Amino acid sequence: MNVIEARHLWKEYGDNVVLENVSLAVKAGEFITVVGTSGCGKTTFLKLLLGVETATRGDLLLDGKPLPDEPNADRGIVFQRYSVFPHLNVLENVMLGAELAASPFWGRTFGKRRRAIREQAVAMLESVGLGTALLKYPSELSGGMQQRLALAQALIKKPRILLLDEPFGALDPGIRADMHQLILSIWRQTGLTIFMITHDLKEGFYLGTRLWVFDKRRHDPQAPNRFGATITYDIPLGHTDRTTLHTIQQSLGANHD
Amino acid sequence: MKRLINQRPSRAAQVLLGILPFALLLLAYLWASELRLAANPNDKLLPAFSSIGEAIWSMAFEADKRSGNYLLWVDTLASLQRLGLGVLLSALMGLVIGVANGAVPLFRAGLSPLVMALSLIPPMAILPVLFIVFGLGEVSKVALITIGIAPFLIRDMQQRVLELPEEQLIKAQTLGASSWQLILRVILPQVLPRLLDAVRLSLGSAWLFLIAAEAIAATEGLGYRIFLVRRYLSMDVILPYVLWITLLAFLTDYLLRVLTRRSFPWYYNGGKP
Repeated sequence: MNVIEARHLWKEYGDNVVLENVSLAVKAGEFITVVGTSGCGKTTFLKLLLGVETATRGDLLLDGKPLPDEPNADRGIVFQRYSVFPHLNVLENVMLGAELAASPFWGRTFGKRRRAIREQAVAMLESVGLGTALLKYPSELSGGMQQRLALAQALIKKPRILLLDEPFGALDPGIRADMHQLILSIWRQTGLTIFMITHDLKEGFYLGTRLWVFDKRRHDPQAPNRFGATITYDIPLGHTDRTTLHTIQQSLGANHD
Repeated sequence: MKRLINQRPSRAAQVLLGILPFALLLLAYLWASELRLAANPNDKLLPAFSSIGEAIWSMAFEADKRSGNYLLWVDTLASLQRLGLGVLLSALMGLVIGVANGAVPLFRAGLSPLVMALSLIPPMAILPVLFIVFGLGEVSKVALITIGIAPFLIRDMQQRVLELPEEQLIKAQTLGASSWQLILRVILPQVLPRLLDAVRLSLGSAWLFLIAAEAIAATEGLGYRIFLVRRYLSMDVILPYVLWITLLAFLTDYLLRVLTRRSFPWYYNGGKP
């Protein structure tokens, strides 16, 4: 059973073709990294998965059913920035998702139910290494810690797929390595299907189980928007080799320099 | 010698420099008052501090011969009630309509142009309408303040909601939030401190509208008193009343600032994550 399936997916804004004829199938538990130059449509593809944008033509299916055209709890997301709520402390940020489900009108819980949610949130926060920062506000956290928080916040909803939009793009290299360890251990423990967009080809190459490269197959120099991007490389990773990395680097460079 | 723009006063110098203009103004007043009073002991334009003191005493601590009221306090209470009611009502409208406009595109499409148009009407121009419709009582004064500042608050709130990063709203939806939950738990708590900021900004205009309304039709109030005693050139009453209003304005601003700081600690360390 495919978790995500796309059949001849097109996305156009007027004359501007962004995605052209994307077809793919993703099995549960795959960790897909998505790379490509800026403006290559990888973010548009993420927005389609998220439900913020809808495809012009074609089908995008989640568990065999069309994706709802607005974001919902099936799809967790971590953005590069602004993923967490500045007015809630770390614990409240993670509790929010569970509280919303438990209390449709107030979105708040009290007493026994709150304690249960709190326990769950604390466990989640400890597993991402934020057990000692429960009562801090996001602005008191470093960039890496904020992303840990955003992950914990998304994970508590147990989404079908987890979308990561350049989640570590703003972090220092050392911290980034820590975050790679964290996301890998989360992926191993939960068996989540993960889509991660990155502009760092190396990161994409060594992190996931499958690499997608979004790029344009055809170019019209007179009308750069005439043709859209599609997946030009779809490589299973794990036994990666340098020649492939080099070839992809070359192809991305050659098209856009 | 550093450039002028790089020279910063020390803490003590800063305080001293801050006080200096006040002291100079005071001295200038004393000097001018002395000169005028020396030329004409009955001069009313720049009364001596002693006569201002007497006037304050009689307004604040002696019952008025005609009405038996302590005028300063009666005036203050009446004015603060009108101001408080008008500002509270405006803040409430700002919050409800502003957040609805900002968060729900369907509301915004319907209401935003109307609010925009209303905010362009000079409130003083429709004061006569208010007097005709609501009479000369309290309602028309509160209505003037509300009409004067509510459109600003509504538009400011709408803008603040629209400024929230879209990522946050999407994130909340992926956490399963309904529209209502999103407003209640994500938008509202984040715009509340911004509402208090906007209210502080609008207090100046609120006082302006209050005093204007009181000057035209009232039987008590700070603005009413100033305009009443103007007929007798009673600068000894007008000046302390103006100072008193300034002090009240300062205090409300200060209290609102403390309230925001206490209630929204997250707002003051950056506001954004």
